[in-house]
Amino acid sequence: MNGYDFFQIFITLLILVVASPLIGKWMFRIFEISNSETGLTHKFESAFYRVAGIDPKEEMDWKHYSLAVLVFNFIGFVFLFLIQILQSKLPLNPQGLADVSWHSAFNSAISFMTNTNWQGYSGESTMSYLTQVLGLTVQNFVSAATGIGVVLALCRGLTQKSSRSLGNFWKDLTRSTLFILLPLSFVFALVLISQGVVQNFSSYSQAVGLDGISQVIPQGPAASQIAIKQLGTNGGGFFGVNSAHPLENPTPLSNWMQLIAILLLPASLVFTFGEYAKSRRQAWAIFIAMGTMLVVGLSASLVAEYSANPVLGHAAVMEGKETRLGVTNSVIWSVFTSAASNGSVNSMHSSLSPISGGIAMFNIMLGEVIFGGVGAGLYGMFLFVLLTVFLSGLMVGRTPEYLGKKIEALEIKMVILGVIIPSAAILIGAGLSSVLPVALSSLSNKGPHGLSEILYAFASAGGNNGSAFAGLNANTVYYNLALGVVMLIGRFGVILPVLAIAGSMSLKKQTPKGPGTFVTDSPLFVVLLIGVVIVVGGLTFLPALSLGPIIEHFLMSLGRSF
Amino acid sequence: MNTSIFEKKLILNAIEDSFRKLNPSDLLKNPVIFITLVGAVGSTLYLIFGSFNGFNLQISLWLWFSVLFANFSEAIAEGRGKAQAESLKKTKTSISAKLWSSSGQFLSVPASELKKGDVVICSAGDLIPNDGEIIEGIATVDESAITGESAPVVRESGGDRSAVTGGTRVISDQVKIRITANPGDSFIERMIHLVEGARRQKTPNEIALSIVLSGLTLIFLLAVVTLKFFADYSSHSSGQDLSQIVTVPVLIALLVCLIPTTIGGLLSAIGISGMDRLIRKNVVATSGRAVEAAGDIDVLLLDKTGTITLGNRMAHQFFPAPQVTEIELAEKAQLASLSDETPEGRSIVVLAKEKFNLRAKDYDPVSMTFVPFMAQTRSSGIDLAETGQTISIRKGASDAIEKIVLSRGGSFPEKVKKDVELVARNGGTPLVVAEGRRVLGVVALKDIVKGGIRERFAELRKMGIRTVMITGDNLLTAAAIAAEAGVDDFMAEATPEDKLKRIREEQFNGHLVAMTGDGTNDAPALAQADVGVAMNTGTQAAREAGNMVDLDSNPTKLIEIVETGKQLLMTRGALTTFSVANDVAKYFAILPALFATLYVIEGTNQGPLGPLNIMKLQSPQSAILSAVIFNALIIIALVPLALKGVSYRPVGASELLKRNLLIYGLRGLVAPFIGIKLIDLIINFGGLV
Repeated sequence: MNGYDFFQIFITLLILVVASPLIGKWMFRIFEISNSETGLTHKFESAFYRVAGIDPKEEMDWKHYSLAVLVFNFIGFVFLFLIQILQSKLPLNPQGLADVSWHSAFNSAISFMTNTNWQGYSGESTMSYLTQVLGLTVQNFVSAATGIGVVLALCRGLTQKSSRSLGNFWKDLTRSTLFILLPLSFVFALVLISQGVVQNFSSYSQAVGLDGISQVIPQGPAASQIAIKQLGTNGGGFFGVNSAHPLENPTPLSNWMQLIAILLLPASLVFTFGEYAKSRRQAWAIFIAMGTMLVVGLSASLVAEYSANPVLGHAAVMEGKETRLGVTNSVIWSVFTSAASNGSVNSMHSSLSPISGGIAMFNIMLGEVIFGGVGAGLYGMFLFVLLTVFLSGLMVGRTPEYLGKKIEALEIKMVILGVIIPSAAILIGAGLSSVLPVALSSLSNKGPHGLSEILYAFASAGGNNGSAFAGLNANTVYYNLALGVVMLIGRFGVILPVLAIAGSMSLKKQTPKGPGTFVTDSPLFVVLLIGVVIVVGGLTFLPALSLGPIIEHFLMSLGRSF
Repeated sequence: MNTSIFEKKLILNAIEDSFRKLNPSDLLKNPVIFITLVGAVGSTLYLIFGSFNGFNLQISLWLWFSVLFANFSEAIAEGRGKAQAESLKKTKTSISAKLWSSSGQFLSVPASELKKGDVVICSAGDLIPNDGEIIEGIATVDESAITGESAPVVRESGGDRSAVTGGTRVISDQVKIRITANPGDSFIERMIHLVEGARRQKTPNEIALSIVLSGLTLIFLLAVVTLKFFADYSSHSSGQDLSQIVTVPVLIALLVCLIPTTIGGLLSAIGISGMDRLIRKNVVATSGRAVEAAGDIDVLLLDKTGTITLGNRMAHQFFPAPQVTEIELAEKAQLASLSDETPEGRSIVVLAKEKFNLRAKDYDPVSMTFVPFMAQTRSSGIDLAETGQTISIRKGASDAIEKIVLSRGGSFPEKVKKDVELVARNGGTPLVVAEGRRVLGVVALKDIVKGGIRERFAELRKMGIRTVMITGDNLLTAAAIAAEAGVDDFMAEATPEDKLKRIREEQFNGHLVAMTGDGTNDAPALAQADVGVAMNTGTQAAREAGNMVDLDSNPTKLIEIVETGKQLLMTRGALTTFSVANDVAKYFAILPALFATLYVIEGTNQGPLGPLNIMKLQSPQSAILSAVIFNALIIIALVPLALKGVSYRPVGASELLKRNLLIYGLRGLVAPFIGIKLIDLIINFGGLV
């Protein structure tokens, strides 16, 4: 690493720290400002409600809100599934790509609906332009908007005075898509085009390389999808190799801007919560906890990657990395994309050193709460916040309370469900796959590295991350179905408990703050929160990790690799 | 440490009960310990039908010990309660009652047949057969059976001291009592059930904590079961046979070590002993829920009289009128108070004696005519027949005396008026003394704030509790006393309705309110408060309305009740933290042991995971066994703490948290590393594996 590397990391983090509070506040105004005040945009927005026959003033309780989320996502799933298996009969398919297989379509439909964007397929050889634009790109927007909706409902439940209503899902969905995701993505797409990302509906070009061999250059409406892929923490690449592809991520500048885009909205939403709570300090506490885990993970990953590899005898190995981007940018990306539940990759995580790969995996296993997915990261973190408040709150001799609201049996039950369900899906899925022959036949590596590939795939699905360790052939009936189911469980197994918590917290009275109150905006709380996240994640996954990346690391230091 | 915890008989009984409690349907209520039991059974079956060897035998034994130790902690907590219940039960044996029949005669019936509404007669020497209310007569009653206080108390019909408790003894006089409880539901019987733990229901925080513990148990179950799969993969992939070490008993041992058995095993002991500690402070709670709520209290409503101030106002200063000496005023005031048997009157006599050594003995009792307090004149005093003329000395409220003096043609000096205002402004009660038509001056009566109460309130403030003084006094008086006592807020001229309204307001704003009360008119407020502590001397209505009864009838006890509630929650939190922190060391003991030779490179003697064995435990078997033994022994080691509760100091929440984290979090992290290492040394020294 040289001075430029350190400078880049510093400036990236600085931009996030400065921009997040501003964007967070801006988003709060968009969500909560009354309709009439926005004038022209109000008419624009109302037109959508009129067409859809929705009353945006309707107040939803948690069950109604959950139902709206589920119905909307189910329709999205069906539409995306159908468009894939019928794409050969539909327009905008200049390459004449065949219909997607039913199991891959099932997997991809769930994957994009749940903001996971796990890809068992390769975009340029599987999906028609219509599927990419109308199917995948649309889900890129609305799955992020769904996450925002859920976290807004939770913010309202945690901060408002006894009320049954958590807001209106349709309104939250419309406003976050129309006024936040679309404008940001539009501008970002233009910037990406300026850097050389393609945006057209042309058929693939033929070219002859310097070596005289003919090659096919894929084309398509990539920039418009890549902008939201990063801003919405989706991560599903337009092309198979994702952000390592020169037409998806052409320059160091595009790489750097995409890095910022990955964390921007999840970090900003923390401050949107701060506006709801009318306390910047509460937001900073969560932000600092997330930020600390990010920086520590990044540092450890960089150290591991820049340490000499005893097998190869030198450090900063370039295998699996883009020469355009280099080691530092590959490592930052691997940490950001796994922390933020984004899942796009600009290098092959399988080729990272065992510790760096393990950190990416551990980031995902912690429940995608280090900023995490848009909305999803924050509502996931709130589960840990409530758990921390409960455990340490008892130690001050009072019924634990967060923002003045008591945490009782129902909330704790939901917190536990929200924490356990994805972990259970990951462990059971990976456990079975490590012994079933049908699963093992997809492995390209043996030994602990093979186990890491399986663990990573299920962690990525359960955490709705979507990145792959590479090396595992996941486009099989078994993996498409198993990972599809794990993605569903990982998404809605958290959303429903979160909305139940929002509903029951919303009804509670707020106890005014006093000297006997356990404070949740102090440095001590930040430390405790980090501790609980690490301890819960660690205790759950340490046995599994010890047989994957950990043992691989020790083996590597003894001079063996897989 | 309290030696009674370790009374021999108590321990023997508890050991016996630990086996009785192995009943699976009982253990089902405690998921953590139930899983441990299932593990113990599983490993025993494996021992019998799978492979019998010393290692598996020891694992099984220690798993059984883990369950028994958890049972033991609960049994000993219950045992201590039972010991107390036994002494209560003795008072219940074969009381016979004199039932008042409509024909006006007594019928002798066993107490157990009395029903609610029956009327009985109790004379000196009789045991009162059941809870009731005196409807006729007055008696002194020995309540030592429930309060432990040997001085008898007065109970009389009407007013606020009419309730009597079954099992107490009438010492003098005779009373007619209407029974207010059905057989088996008397106060003493409820107390017995509570201390025995039989009717104990889980409290809200306990339920929430149980959910967390069950969740952790489930996570570890998943982690351990899937570890078997990952181990199989690794075994297959490395071509090594791990079946000798990754066995069923070892996996069960790992599971039991990881699940929070420490707090799971001690949870109910903590709850029972919390109740027990309250009873030791002579407070009976009707439910554990109330004890827990006491820890959450942030507003305390306290009656001024008897709680903040000594029961009565006392004379503390004389303000003579112009041309009157202080000694003259004192002398006349003393004379006017000679016959006044009220505490206020007596305090004037005492003050005059203390200040000027006046004894009023120079007067001939025959010449004195006492004038008692009358509502019309609102004054009292004395008429002295001296040398043919009568000197009338009066004392009373300033307006009443002014009226008398003016009617006799006298005048009311400006200075006296000013003194009266001054005394009132400072929270005192001014009494004006006049002789004939001459005003002599003012005697200031004042509430005497109890010693040390200011410090108590400062403590409460640190704990985050706001104190509100309730008094019938006027605003000025109330404000002055409030300032002197250091309460945060006060309610002057408060009626029982005002109290109820205040409680509702505080609750509406999200506060949890505690109050004490004794009168029937306190009952609605006691019922409305989150924690309502009724005085045992109070009426039956008050005792029914509150959720706690203080047998000592000491209103400041509320502070101790709050502390007990907080201690209860803190003990649970601290032991949970300890329990979870323990797991780190257990992973470091067991994981390297399980996979000590996995992927071992030929020519080296330790597998790649060797560096994780930071405790340098000697062999995989001894590592696993040490972890299991530590896990079982720590339950027993922490029983005294569970029974005693973690110590509570009235400091802010952040201070408390830091302290408890340091003590229980840090020790929880470090202790097992040391403990497991020590056990490993002993095992290997003794050649147990």
